[in-house]
Amino acid sequence: MALPKPVQSSNLNDSVTILATAGNVPEAALCFHCGTLCCGTRFALVDKFFCCQGCQTVYEILSANGLTDFYQLSATAGVRIAATVKSEQYQFLDAPTVREKLVDFSDAKLTRVTFHIPSIHCIACVWLLENLFRLKSGIGQTQVNFPRKEIALSFDLAQTKLSEVVTLLASLGYEPELKLSALEGKPKSTGPRRLWMQLGLAGFAFGNIMLFSISAYLGLDAFAGPGFRKMVGLISFLLATPVVIYSAAEYWKAAERSLRQKLLNIDVPIAAGVAAIYLQSCYEVFSGRGEGYFDSLCGLIFFLLCGRLFQQKTYDRLAFDRDYKSFFPLAVTRKERRSPARLDDAMTNLKSIGPEAGTPVEAQVSLAQLAVGDRLIIRNGELIPADSKLINGPALIDYSFVTGESEPVEKKADDYLYAGGRQVGSAIEVEMVKAVSQSYLTSLWNQDAFRKEKREWLNQITDTYSQRFTKIVITIAFGTAGFWALLNPALAVKSFTSVLIVACPCALALAAPFALGTAQRVLSRRNVYLKHPYVIETLAAVDSVVFDKTGTLTAAGAGSVTWMGAPASGQGVRLSETEERWLFSMTRHSTHPLPVRIGEAIQRDYFPEPVRSFLETPGCGMEGSVAGHEIWMGSAAWLATRNVFGLKLEGSVVHVAIDGRYRGGYVLASAVRPETERLASGLSTGCEVALLSGDNEKERGRFAAMFGPGTQLNFNQSPLDKLNFIKHRQDAGKTVMMVGDGLNDAGALRQADVGVAVVEKVGAFAPASDVILAADMVTRTAEVLRYAKQSVCVVRVAFWISAAYNLIGVAIAASGKLSPVVCAILMPVSSVTVVAFACGAATGLGRGLRGAEKTNLPPPNLQLQRAGLKPDVPIVMEAQS
Amino acid sequence: MIVIFLLIPLSIVIAICFLAAFIWAVRSGQYEDTCTPAMRLLLEEKKSTPPEPANEFPTKSEMK
Repeated sequence: MALPKPVQSSNLNDSVTILATAGNVPEAALCFHCGTLCCGTRFALVDKFFCCQGCQTVYEILSANGLTDFYQLSATAGVRIAATVKSEQYQFLDAPTVREKLVDFSDAKLTRVTFHIPSIHCIACVWLLENLFRLKSGIGQTQVNFPRKEIALSFDLAQTKLSEVVTLLASLGYEPELKLSALEGKPKSTGPRRLWMQLGLAGFAFGNIMLFSISAYLGLDAFAGPGFRKMVGLISFLLATPVVIYSAAEYWKAAERSLRQKLLNIDVPIAAGVAAIYLQSCYEVFSGRGEGYFDSLCGLIFFLLCGRLFQQKTYDRLAFDRDYKSFFPLAVTRKERRSPARLDDAMTNLKSIGPEAGTPVEAQVSLAQLAVGDRLIIRNGELIPADSKLINGPALIDYSFVTGESEPVEKKADDYLYAGGRQVGSAIEVEMVKAVSQSYLTSLWNQDAFRKEKREWLNQITDTYSQRFTKIVITIAFGTAGFWALLNPALAVKSFTSVLIVACPCALALAAPFALGTAQRVLSRRNVYLKHPYVIETLAAVDSVVFDKTGTLTAAGAGSVTWMGAPASGQGVRLSETEERWLFSMTRHSTHPLPVRIGEAIQRDYFPEPVRSFLETPGCGMEGSVAGHEIWMGSAAWLATRNVFGLKLEGSVVHVAIDGRYRGGYVLASAVRPETERLASGLSTGCEVALLSGDNEKERGRFAAMFGPGTQLNFNQSPLDKLNFIKHRQDAGKTVMMVGDGLNDAGALRQADVGVAVVEKVGAFAPASDVILAADMVTRTAEVLRYAKQSVCVVRVAFWISAAYNLIGVAIAASGKLSPVVCAILMPVSSVTVVAFACGAATGLGRGLRGAEKTNLPPPNLQLQRAGLKPDVPIVMEAQS
Repeated sequence: MIVIFLLIPLSIVIAICFLAAFIWAVRSGQYEDTCTPAMRLLLEEKKSTPPEPANEFPTKSEMK
């Protein structure tokens, strides 16, 4: 990528000279851009240090364009540039088929595209991204949606290309998320907009009608004559009619639907009540008997819509409906031999002479263009997009997210690789055997559980109560009508409609949305995100909890690293600090997960020493010399070939020999989350617990001890086994909650009554689920379940409160004395009491829910570093949840 | 008191203007992201260089 503007030294306070590394840099220099500790090679610009070339480039781009304000807006502004960005990397985006799917709108002058950028994290990001037009001509207005971490960007296709825009973003550290799901087009939602309109209209009508009605209640018509009463009635009618038609539209539809299904849910009495009030009021206004109950009617609809808005809380950062397509990348590197036709293509398109025909060329192609037989290059950390055969290996595939195996698997040439695995280590070449959509992993999505329509979260408690309620109200209404028909026929119709009017289940309908909606917010503050407030009802009913192991109960990637020294080495069982530093220096050169984990574990304040003649033999180990000492680290079998024999250790072990003498081994065990035992004991009352794992049996003993004898522990479970296990429990009459993290749990999460996806980082990919749970809350599952039960109790109590109000109202109505004033007072008062109780009680109970409240403190070290530049008040913002 | 027959419809007309403003605000997408504009407000002072080109490009709702 070319720099947007040439770097002019007049523009800069600092001249752009790279100082010699090491010597001039203070020991603990932090990168000026991203704030990470600079290790190894350091780059410096006079008084600023950078950890890598990428960070320095960003600083240069920004300073050359007068955008250094970026660093003053937030103490943690910069994003670490993980890898250098090459412009070819995004060229596949310019293919018309891909581009058309990605952009929202395009014409000759303007193209508009929306990207999700996970690294947006502070106010400085918003500022920089909205000033993007200053960095590249052709880019127009950019608009950031901070809670969604989205950027809407418009650019001119004649001046720049989509790939160039993305390259610019990526080189600044804001790499857009380009996943396979982007090709499906974006769903459009107009839901909240429509609800706001309905609510606004209802509120408008409610306020105005109330205003006029008060004058009528206070007897103003005595001054203004009988015409006044008529006018107020007429205006009220004109204001209320659109409310009944437009604002209450959802209730009409829902009532019609449930009547057709012969269900008596809460929408039916609401619709009946609204209809009764409206017709009675129309009758009164047009017959000149009064001004009707239009104020109560609009108030009722207004409150109901408020409840709807309250329960419609969504978490913009989270997506609950993701499938494997959001996990797969949009493009992979394909190795292709240029056919003459393709060469022509390349000549005309790229205007460059490529390598001769016949030599393999690497190109980034979109996943949709792949076909069986294609050769793909998979680099460190990249995903295998389809079932393939390994051509050039050896490979080390991390399947933890796909199958639940905790350790990466070694593969040799010609081995079969399943889609979804991640390559760890050097690049490999694979040949596709199956199409992306027919691979092993994706076949899980053809299960019945996925074919089912997505279930709608129903408000079951309210519906059960409303059935009883409706029956009682109708009985009372007919009873009073019959009673008055005998005593005073003039009152019969009035008392009948009065009962229906006053018993409208507004408060009843509000109890659950507000109590459960509040509970949803309380939980979200503890990093438990519910797809819908009514998930709590199901959570409260859960009596069977199923856990996945890898990534759920054990932390992915992390673990304990224990040094087991050889007793007979004569140098002491423990490693000396010098020896440990040598080993640390060795581990820095490997990408294999075991040495990387060892390196992380033993790293103190060591600076790595230079390693000479480093050699890594995949699947065996690594060797090199540090400070004149020959160091071998690897498997027991590999060391045995060098006549070094050591301890027999269980599990994943890296053995170490220094100068040909065995020193001992590092034993790596997956780390079980702290407090897992407490979780097990917390759940054991009233819940059956099970553990399913795709991993092998090696840790059975450990978990059996933790969960006790009553727990079912199943290992070597395939995704389908997990799904069937859940189904089996459900057939036994249990309400099952599944807690899992990987794509291998996707089927089980979907099948379970409540699927809980565990994420290490909120906002990271999680398979389709009902609840997204931050990893540190896994061990608090029992408390979350208890809180869910308490919240449902709050709803029940709120029902009794609304029933008490109804009793008073119905008593007045049945005596035939209901007047619009009584109605106008009683209805709002009952609604407000129920709402206040529901919110207050749910919040109060939430205080008892333990769990870390979110804290957001910026790393302290960076503020010191930027002391000279720090603004008066550093502005740090966290995404609002 | 006869003037009330003029004042009340007049007040309704004014109220309808506010309703129209609300409808416009909803339709232009102002209720969709209530967080970022608040941040943008803080940024305005920081801009030392020329402001953004004034509405060179149509907003989302205008294009629809």
